[in-house]
Amino acid sequence: MQWKLEKRPEPSRTMVYAAPVLAVLLTAIVGAAIFTAIGYNGVGAVREIFVTPILNPLKWQDLGIKAAPLVLIAVGLAIGYRANVWNIGAEGQYILGGLAATAVALSTRDLAGPWILPLMAIAGVAGGMAWAVVPAALKTRLKVSEILTSLMLTYVAIQLLNYLVLGPWRDPMGFGFPQTPLFTADQVLPIVVPRTIVHLGVPIALVVALIAWFVMARSLFGFQIRVVGAAPQAARYGGFSANKTIWLALMVSGGLAGLAGMLEVAGTFQRMVPGFPTNYGFTAIIVAFLGRLNPLGIIFAGFAMSVAVVGGEVAQTTIGLPNAAVGIFQSMMLFFLLASDVLVRYRFRRVGAQPAGSAA
Amino acid sequence: MTTEMLIAIIITVIGASTPILIAALGELVVEKSGVLNLGVEGMMLIGAVTGFAVTFTTGNPWLGIACAAFAGMASSMIFAFLTLSLSANQVATGLALTIFGTGYSSLFGQAFTGRPITPFRSIFPPELATDPVLRLIFGHSPLVYFSLIMVVAVWWFLTRSRAGLILRAVGENDLSAHSIGYSVIGVRYAAVAFGGAMAGIAGSCFPLLLTPQWAERMTAGRGWIALALVVFAAWRPFRLLAGAYLFGLVMTLELYAKASGGAFSFLPAELWASLPYLATILVLVLISLRRAGHSNAPACLGKPFMPAS
Repeated sequence: MQWKLEKRPEPSRTMVYAAPVLAVLLTAIVGAAIFTAIGYNGVGAVREIFVTPILNPLKWQDLGIKAAPLVLIAVGLAIGYRANVWNIGAEGQYILGGLAATAVALSTRDLAGPWILPLMAIAGVAGGMAWAVVPAALKTRLKVSEILTSLMLTYVAIQLLNYLVLGPWRDPMGFGFPQTPLFTADQVLPIVVPRTIVHLGVPIALVVALIAWFVMARSLFGFQIRVVGAAPQAARYGGFSANKTIWLALMVSGGLAGLAGMLEVAGTFQRMVPGFPTNYGFTAIIVAFLGRLNPLGIIFAGFAMSVAVVGGEVAQTTIGLPNAAVGIFQSMMLFFLLASDVLVRYRFRRVGAQPAGSAA
Repeated sequence: MTTEMLIAIIITVIGASTPILIAALGELVVEKSGVLNLGVEGMMLIGAVTGFAVTFTTGNPWLGIACAAFAGMASSMIFAFLTLSLSANQVATGLALTIFGTGYSSLFGQAFTGRPITPFRSIFPPELATDPVLRLIFGHSPLVYFSLIMVVAVWWFLTRSRAGLILRAVGENDLSAHSIGYSVIGVRYAAVAFGGAMAGIAGSCFPLLLTPQWAERMTAGRGWIALALVVFAAWRPFRLLAGAYLFGLVMTLELYAKASGGAFSFLPAELWASLPYLATILVLVLISLRRAGHSNAPACLGKPFMPAS
């Protein structure tokens, strides 16, 4: 007996929402099997990565502050991906946002006032946007692939960060450590939940995602983005400029990645360090897809992914699972998601036998 | 500058170019069949860690290269299955493959950190390489000769062989190729497998030819540069050769800047390290300026195959 893929008359709504859940479940099962096969405690790894962070209230605060940058960056990326604009250099834009905010912080060390944080946020957004200007300009003027240019600039951003913290920005009182001085009280984000580490960045990320959902679902801008991505011919016919869409998509994703960088440096690190790039920009790509390129879905996906990130740290200390294992789990999630996505548009059918009902 | 030094620099440039050349040749064939595999960087890392691990444990670099090719090919089959059999988005799947390769290589490379292997240099008897000019001919690693043979082989395959003609037809017009009876998916599977094997071999160049030890993420974005190079070369193998050697030169500058300091210290070391990436952007700009609209890209590049039936 053989199975054949058959196109559904119309895409399945159920599968759109079921696919991410299916992907996480498959990742847990196959991940446990693979890690057992290579000599780790596979079931323990899956438990520590996917379950412990949810059951342990002490870890909830970590989930919040790890989800915030992922949600912010993924929301921006999703807007671009909807319009077929493939910004994969969010990591670089995130770094630039952090660096721009640090520049403001370092030059306002002797000042005080509630205006410093907003200024740092504006700088962060501008920094992220500035790093996205190059891919946008080259794509619209010369049709150079934004995939390659945005990614190349990520490597340049890492070098720029190293140069600054090893050189001009190094704290003279820092015993030679390559890092800037600690930010002052007016330069760090306030804590929103007393006695935790949950800073203002977490509610900001939630609000931004909700605004983005509203804009994408209800405004002409959102409609334009969706049309340019789904039917470029129709978009041109309808008078939507492709170049304008590319600029908007890259400025929004770059700006949000830059904001995430500012929130991360002012909230979590509270100084600039060489370890600032923590792969949020790449992990957010997976979050964007897992959240179905929909800002509301991305809020859930961001929390789900931060469970895996926090769980990866737990598993490192409790069962000695290497940090790299998390990357494998994350990519498996995306692989399984892309695979189960086929069930949105197709269904399995038996060939040779009596026509069977849909298997999905 | 003495001849000795010049020859030494040329040999370094050729060595630095070899992995990007091999990976780009593989990707060129993949793209000619109409598939865009952005997972090159990930497959290279898988090849690098496999090549290192096998060479370290068996002491046989040939076996290391063969296993790297196999590992690269195996990982490319994940991509092929998702994009070709399940028509998943090629950009997203390629990115997932790169993230997977990064995690896989760090996981399995961990045990080997800081352990050296014997570099896989010249296979010719040393008497042949006493004279500087002879050294230019006989002084390279076998991987270098392999890359040069593959330039000719890929060129011959694409322009002179029947199979190459079918592959190009599939990349230019998949529906027509399908309607005259060629298996579009089959051809693309084969092309992706070849690209995976080449990326695996390219990855093995890093521990075997360039720095004889394992370092996390040691391919440092070279897989992405290989992707850019294919665009730069307008999908032509011999232009790929020229482009790869140009990049080898830029990367060698970075190595010399790191090693000698003094003469290069007028610019910060981090700027030298950024050069290959900035050069990639510059090269993409120049090529699109000159071409003004005609990119020579295969017509079906990146589009899933959707036959009517």
